[in-house]
Parts: sequence; C-alpha cells; structure tokens
Amino acid sequence: MIPGDGIGPELMLHVKEVFRHACVPVDFEEVRVGSEAPEADVQNAITAIRRNGVALKGNIETNHNLPPNHKSRNNLIRTSLDLYANVIHCQSLPGVETRHRDIDILIVRENTEGEYSSLEHESVAGVVESLKIITAGRSRRIAHYAFGLARAAARRSVTAVHKANIMKLGDGLFLQCCQEVAAEYPEITFRSMIVDNTTMQLVSRPQQFDVMVMPNLYGNIVNNVCAGLVGGPGLVPGANYGHDYAVFETATRNTGKSIANRNIANPTATLLAACMMLDHLRLHSHASSIRQAVLASLD
Amino acid sequence: MDLGRGWRKKWIWGGGWRKKWIWGGVWGSHPPVSPQSHNGKAEGTFQVTMLPGDGVGPELMHAVKEVFKAGNVPVTFDEHHLSEVQNTASEEKLDRVVDSMKESKVALIGKIHTPMEYKGDLASYDMRLRRKLDLFANVVHVKSLPGYQTRHNNLDLVIIREQTEGEYSSLEHESVKGVIECLKIITRAKSQRIAKFAFDYATKKGRAKVTAVHKANIMKLGDGLFLQCCKEVAELYPKIKFDTMIIDNCCMQLVQNPYQFDVLVMPNLYGNIVDNLAAGLVGGAGVVPGESYSAEYAVFELVRRGSPRGTVPNLPVRAGILGGLEYHSNMVSDAVKKVIKGGKVRTADMGGYSTSMDFTQAVIDALEV
Repeated sequence: MIPGDGIGPELMLHVKEVFRHACVPVDFEEVRVGSEAPEADVQNAITAIRRNGVALKGNIETNHNLPPNHKSRNNLIRTSLDLYANVIHCQSLPGVETRHRDIDILIVRENTEGEYSSLEHESVAGVVESLKIITAGRSRRIAHYAFGLARAAARRSVTAVHKANIMKLGDGLFLQCCQEVAAEYPEITFRSMIVDNTTMQLVSRPQQFDVMVMPNLYGNIVNNVCAGLVGGPGLVPGANYGHDYAVFETATRNTGKSIANRNIANPTATLLAACMMLDHLRLHSHASSIRQAVLASLD
Repeated sequence: MDLGRGWRKKWIWGGGWRKKWIWGGVWGSHPPVSPQSHNGKAEGTFQVTMLPGDGVGPELMHAVKEVFKAGNVPVTFDEHHLSEVQNTASEEKLDRVVDSMKESKVALIGKIHTPMEYKGDLASYDMRLRRKLDLFANVVHVKSLPGYQTRHNNLDLVIIREQTEGEYSSLEHESVKGVIECLKIITRAKSQRIAKFAFDYATKKGRAKVTAVHKANIMKLGDGLFLQCCKEVAELYPKIKFDTMIIDNCCMQLVQNPYQFDVLVMPNLYGNIVDNLAAGLVGGAGVVPGESYSAEYAVFELVRRGSPRGTVPNLPVRAGILGGLEYHSNMVSDAVKKVIKGGKVRTADMGGYSTSMDFTQAVIDALEV
C-alpha cells in the first residue's frame, strides 16, 4: 500500500477500515513515498511491489518547479514495473445524477510510452523539444490487451483513438498495429476516431462507445472526460496491469491537496479500486460484497 | 498612424512587438484594405479570400454568398480551390492563396481535409497554409446560443490556442525499425507571443480571468517553459486573474462545471482537443466558428476541421465585424440568431429536419433589408 500525498493517506484508512469489518484476508505492507522522496525510497517501493505482486496506491504529487531530472514518481513506478495497460471502467452509477445516463465505457490506455517518455531537452536557448515515442511492439501489445479484454468481457466493439492525420508516422503506426490485431478478433467491430472528434462525441453522445484503446496522453484526457461524465474523480477506479504486477488506484490520479484532511474526499473510487484488486487476487466473494455495499450507499 | 481605440505601442522584451498595433487595428474599426481597391472593384467593397475546401465547405460558402447577396453586403470573394483530397493542391496554388491573402488580409475557409495516408509529406496543406501566413493564434468563442437548449446553457468561454508549433511540428522519423519519434517543439518566443495575445484579448474584451492549460508535471521542460512564459506575461496584467490547470483536470472540469472558465490559453494539441470538447458542450461543430490571427491576417473557419452535416454561417458575421462592416455584420448576425431562437428551422445537427438551404433561406428571409 502506497498512500501517496494529499487525500491518499485518509482514503487508505477508509479501505483498511472496510477490509477489517469485512474480514478480508489481506495484509497491507505500507510504503511511504513522498513527492520529494529520494530515488532510493521509490526503488524501495518498487521492490516491495515486486515482492507482493499487487499494490493499492494513492497519487504521489509531482512538483513541477523541481528540475527536470527529478522524474515523476508515479511514472517511475509504472515504467519500472512495465505496467503497460491502464484500464478504467466508466459506468453510470445508480443514485448518482449526471447529465448523461447509461454510460458503460472501458478505456484501455497505453501506460509506458508516448508523450510520457520524459525525454526532453533544450536544443537551443528558448526552444524545447519533447519526444513522443511510439513503438510497434508496445502498440501491438496494448491492442492485444484491449481486444482480449473485449472478448473476455463479451464486449462488441473497440474504438482506437488517435491523431494520425497530424502525427502521420507516430499515431499512424499505432493505428496500423490496432488494425492488424483487429483482424485476429473478427467477432469484435473495430472503429477508429480522431481524438478531437472523440472528445466532442463523448460530451454529446457517450453511449456510442464500448471499449476504447489509445496511446498515453489521449488516454489521460479521455479518462478524465469520462470520469467527469459519470460523476467526477471521486467515483471511478482504475487499474494498471503488467505481465507480472498490478497496481490499483483511482482513475484520474488526483492528489486532492485542497480537500486533504477535511473529511470530505469521496472514498468510492478508492474502495472500488480495492474491489478490483480483490477480484485480481481471486477473492471474488469479498470483492462483490464490498462493491454491493458501496453501490447501495450511493443510492 | 491612427491606432484608434487607444492602442499604444508597447516595447517589451526588446522588440518583436512592434506589430502589436496591427492587432488593435484588425480588431477595431479599421478596414484592412483601402477602399480604392485594385482590379477595378467598386469603391467601398472589401475583398475576402475564400477557400471552400472539402466536405460541406462548398455548400457552406455558397450559403454565405447567398446571405451576403441578400443583405447587400459589400464584399467580393476571391475564391481558390485548394484540396489535398481532390488533388488540386500544389505549392503554386498555396503561393497564389498567400498572395491573395496579402491583398485581402481576411479569409473565409471551409475545411481543407487532411488525408490520413502518408503521401510522402508530413505537413498537411492546412498546416502549411497556417505556417506561411503565420497564423499563430486560434480563437474559439464558445457561447451558448439562445433558443438552442443543450446540457449546458449560458456558457461563454474563449479558447485561445497556439497554432504554429507544439505537437503539430510535423517532425517525425523512424529512428529504429518499429520505433517512431515525434517531436513536440515549444519555444519561448511563440509561447510569450500567444500568452500576450491571450491577455490582450482578455483586456480588450473585458474578461476577468485567463487560465493556462498544460501538462508540466509530465513534460517538465516543454510545457514548463510554456507555463513560465504565461506567468511572466501575467505579471504585466495585474487586473486580470491568472490561473493554471493541468489538461486532464481541465477536461474533467469542462464536463462537470464549465462555468468556472473564462479565457483559456494553451499549446496546439490541447487546444485542438479542448476546442472540440467545448464545441460539443454547446451543440457541436456546426454552431461554433473559429478565427485565426497572425500579425497581419485574419482567417475565419469552422472549429472542428471535420465534416458537420448542417451548419450555421456564423463565420461571415465575424468577417464582417473585422472588415469594419459593423452594420452589415450585425444585420446578418441578428437574422441568424432570430432563426435559431425561432426554433422552427433547424438543421440535422441541431435536432431538426431542415436542410442547409432551408436554413439559409430562413436567414435571408429574416434579414431586415
């Protein structure tokens, strides 16, 4: 368990409390990593996750005023453990009033490359180049994950989100990989949509989307838009899956500094993330009972 | 030179801002072209370059011409057909368009569709035109239309997007087989320029707050530089509140509570996404016009460079204001607003059954000539 900053620690307390009452056979090893923690602390956390295989995490704040060689702790954890798929499930929850209804979207986001490569340099004074990396291997991997998930969850269509009209080589490669993988799953309809149109469609008619797959940055944006559509950052859980490890957190990864320690943060997202973790650990009965309790309290 | 409206030259950062007065002129009541125009045009008519483009572009341009004709608006259109999809695009055509722009200073553009296939050139014609004219600022005024109910009403925000660099630099290469690197370029000069534009716009339009949108927690150098430039510029405008927000949070807030935003400024890609998201909030691409500015030119177009099914010719209204034709632009604008408020004639994208031509005819009928 990595509580993180802001509202993280208090939300973790809620999870522990609920698990205690439900007699869940899970023992938490707490590892503290602050925003200014030295690299050694982060490595320690990563080793702990390797040991245990699964983690529940709050968001570690990234101070952008620190020099650029100080990398985002969250990103470091994701890339070191190769947690290549970020999955969030945006569902209209009963009892939560929103402008849109009947939303049920699974968003699969590539979690390790793209715009988050942290490769930047100032080539000439006043000119900064940031590299966005897209590779065929990782694009195919995430596409396979998305289609596999769609098949396992009996979903009917997968939409790839991209901007290949502008980034012809980069997003073009991503799109091509998705198309190649789609051919191996003939029962699933494959569509592609440009990211700007996607965001417009999401706010006008989100019910048309089923499973979505996309590179890192668009995933970040679409995750947040969808979370907003179903009721906000306090309601949607997220999971980061790799081959060997899985880390669960809230979908929108907020630190919530402004509401920390005031007993107003919504624990729903973290509790549902904990349920996803229990499912992953095959403690299905505990997962469903806690999930039902959470949804009943929302009603 | 009479700068009108109290604009003054400001020397900041040792020059480069001498063209600032032109912005004031462009937004103010000065016609961009002298009335004694060339090519034997009638005195007092303004020339506007028109690029119908692809998709619904030509129909829309036709609608604009019809409405202007009905309203006796003194504008002549210099049409150019530049299309990548229909293979009528070439370097010479692009140059001719630029020459035409040098004369007219104002243009109306449909959408120049960018084909997805990689035909050997990474920069689309759309982008190249923008770069040649140095149209660095894209302004989208997202306003709820009275009479058209959407999930969010009474929305009024302005999105200012840097349009010449960022992710749209078209610099990509395959360094190793199966690995593509795309370069996103952020420069201090262009970031300062767009920030200054945003604050000037806010000052001119009486806006209270400017929010810079970025992802500096991940792209520390790139977006960090953008953010820093915005902060520096903000210090020179003490009356305007300055705020920053990360792009993902911004998108979520736009969906949940868009009323908190006033003017937003951001680099290229985020601008593209936020423009479209905000357009979706008030009813789609068909009801939101966009404007692009450089130090010398102004271009008016639809927001989402896609192909909406039916739309409102809001664009000529803005072009009219620019050309100093305030009377005419108000007339057309009022007619359009009246038709929408009336609610009887609605195109498909607004939930109705009318065709584009029906709508145009309704606007013409509503013109009080």
